[in-house]
Amino acid sequence: MSEEARKPWGRRRRQARTSLLAAGEPQVWLTGGALVVCAAMVAGLLALVLWKGLATFWPRPVALIETDGGVYMGEVTRHDDYLPGAEVLAELTPESRAAAERQLAAAGRAGRRLVRTGNFRLTQSHFSWVDDFAVRGESRPEWAVVAERLEWGRFYGFPEAFVELGADGVERREEGPEAAWRAFRREHGAVRERRQRRRGLEKHEVGAVNRRQEEARLALREAEQALEDAPGDAGWQRAAEDARLRFEEVRRQADAEFARIRAEIDAVNAENARYRLEVRTAGEGAVPPQTATLGLDEIVRAYPANQLAAGGKLSVYLARWWEFLTDEPREANSEGGVFPAIFGTVVMTLLMSIAVVPFGVMAALYLREYARGGAVVSTVRIAVNNLAGVPSIVFGVFGLGFFCYAVGASIDELLFSARLPAPTYGTGGILWASLTLALLTLPVVIVATEEAIAAVPHSMREGSYACGASKWQTIRRIVLPRALPGMITGMILAIARGAGEVAPLMLVGAVKLAPELPIDGDFPYVHPERSFMHLGFHVYDVGFQSQNSEAAKPMVFTTTLLLIAIVAVLNLAAVGLRGKLRRRFAGGQF
Amino acid sequence: MRVPDDPLAAIARGETLPSRVHASLAEEEMVLEIEDLSLWYGEAQALFQVSMGIPRGKVTALIGPSGCGKSTLLRSVNRLNDLIDGVRIRGDMRLAGESIYARGVDVIELRKRMGMVFQKSNPFPMSIYENVIYSLRIDGESRRDVLDEVCERSLKGAALWDEVKDRLGELALELSGGQQQRLCIARAIAAEPEILLMDEPCSALDPIATGKIEDLMQALRGEYTILIVTHNMQQASRTSDYTAFMYLGRMIEYGATEDVFTNPRLRSTEDYITGRFG
Repeated sequence: MSEEARKPWGRRRRQARTSLLAAGEPQVWLTGGALVVCAAMVAGLLALVLWKGLATFWPRPVALIETDGGVYMGEVTRHDDYLPGAEVLAELTPESRAAAERQLAAAGRAGRRLVRTGNFRLTQSHFSWVDDFAVRGESRPEWAVVAERLEWGRFYGFPEAFVELGADGVERREEGPEAAWRAFRREHGAVRERRQRRRGLEKHEVGAVNRRQEEARLALREAEQALEDAPGDAGWQRAAEDARLRFEEVRRQADAEFARIRAEIDAVNAENARYRLEVRTAGEGAVPPQTATLGLDEIVRAYPANQLAAGGKLSVYLARWWEFLTDEPREANSEGGVFPAIFGTVVMTLLMSIAVVPFGVMAALYLREYARGGAVVSTVRIAVNNLAGVPSIVFGVFGLGFFCYAVGASIDELLFSARLPAPTYGTGGILWASLTLALLTLPVVIVATEEAIAAVPHSMREGSYACGASKWQTIRRIVLPRALPGMITGMILAIARGAGEVAPLMLVGAVKLAPELPIDGDFPYVHPERSFMHLGFHVYDVGFQSQNSEAAKPMVFTTTLLLIAIVAVLNLAAVGLRGKLRRRFAGGQF
Repeated sequence: MRVPDDPLAAIARGETLPSRVHASLAEEEMVLEIEDLSLWYGEAQALFQVSMGIPRGKVTALIGPSGCGKSTLLRSVNRLNDLIDGVRIRGDMRLAGESIYARGVDVIELRKRMGMVFQKSNPFPMSIYENVIYSLRIDGESRRDVLDEVCERSLKGAALWDEVKDRLGELALELSGGQQQRLCIARAIAAEPEILLMDEPCSALDPIATGKIEDLMQALRGEYTILIVTHNMQQASRTSDYTAFMYLGRMIEYGATEDVFTNPRLRSTEDYITGRFG
């Protein structure tokens, strides 16, 4: 036999090099590549939301565009490519048609721009399309002013005169753009403050009087109901009489209060109505230019768009952001702020966490510590895990049927029968919404807590038993503290899932516009039966249910950005808490 | 019944045989009496009618090859085997005359009279102070002065006081391995147990830490009764007063350490000690 045949491994060893697949080089690239793709998708989404969301409030310059079909003035929002139909081309002037055909020949498509021309009351439209080929001239007028109004959207025009009605009944006019603008700047601050006061009067004081009246009426109704149940009872008759008298007294007081508040409101309105700004529009297409009178009262903010330097633009930008975060929505949610939605989202998420963590931890504790293994425990565990796969709208329907119609109706019958047939708890509210979402996120908390409890070393439990501790003492002093970081992980996951769910909320309590916040200054301060606004629902409403959809579209991104930011803040707070607990209890990898 | 010449082969054949208990034990006062104890894990029998007494104030060592049942026997004393599903006990034990396995015995109260140290130290995720006084806390003791005094006494008894007296509030998990084991010993003696059970306490430690613990056992002897399981025969011969040799769930020979190691009555004991098997 030859040398090599006798020692076959010699040749193999000389030639052997670990193959690429065995060494794992391609796998490193594969797994790394997959991670990069995931990270890129997340980063891309965040970048898109950030870019479009942050850009919404930046004040744009106002352009004056002269076309064949007329003049358009406003902020250019976007550019589009399209194929103009034959009838459109036929109506054009010869120069424009030539320009259009040139564009079509060059690019196959014609361009057009969407201009926010505002002035809805005069022109019946918020936006106009302006074709590129029809443009004959474009400029940035120095005195083009953008006015954001309480109603009817934005106004674009040139200030002509400032009119002030003096105390003596004499009108004083300041003519010309500079003078008018100076006067506007002088008086608008005070007008805004008075408007705030009026809003306060309308909301809080009128609301308080209404509430007192309502309470007296309810007391009367309760007494009458008791009397119906026990007619002839002298005690109830007296009580009903007293209640009726009190109700009359309260109503008299309320009328007096209303009159006083009305007088105050009228005074404020009269004061504000003294100041007016006369603005000339540039015309829009076929609509000729006209002079419109804007009361200072109806202007939220106004600025000469083309005169602003970077500092001025920044201050408008920040002012808009401040309004967005602290103000209430107006114009069917397409303008104004989202403060009620922020408040509702945060309160609902907190209530949901308070509801889900104790129940989840207790359920997991029983499953892990007390239940003897067997078919029943396995079935329960499978059921809990499958609960995580149920579509969220199903939870909404369950919440509506069980919490609102069953439990809520019973509560109404027992405690709030005087208010019937208007439901108190028998309809959607922040309490039922939080409980529904708590059910939705329960499996997450149970699984995370179970894992954390199972990770507590058996040796530690034995040590505790050997010291003479009972099972509950061991759980309370050793197992639960050690499992706390894992339980917080479960809570973080629950918050992340629950804060973003919208479908179940639509059925159990989130509304387009809520008149009051669920937590406010009236006793008992927390009102779990009230409906609330929610950022996720707001995104849906603004994006798809809005009448002025072009104006509302940028708000979708901004609201999404805000929702992501809030969830991130809540998560970071929980992660910080977990880190602190982990250091304290020296837990493991949870 | 005569002890057969080859007890181990007899055991392997399945015969029962009496254990050889030296006469020296008859004079001792027993704190723990093990009476005819048998234990099953499900279908498999792990202890076969073990009978012995643990003398007060002395160190008793259980030796034997792996799987001979010494840890099982130790854990049966404070009924830790109750935590395992499928364990069955026949026979009884008496702690200071009171039955351990009788019906209706309060296991929690029973365990409070004993202390246990495990093979791998298991300090709780709390401060050193809280670890040591754990037994008192679960008993409901909350007077600060009592707890402080017990903590100092126990840590001194475990020869750990000087090293940790300035940092009682720190996490116990940050101590070194040897310190953690001494902390567990301190925790075990804090409640002044009637018997201290040690399950191979030094097997996870380096020789220096092992030496410290062995010195500690010498210091504790007299005041505490110690029952220690060890697979280290040198340790058994160094530290214990009495040694019991177990094999396959049976107690083969039990007597004063010097006697068992220098003059074993049974050939099988001698074989094990001299290392011929196990």
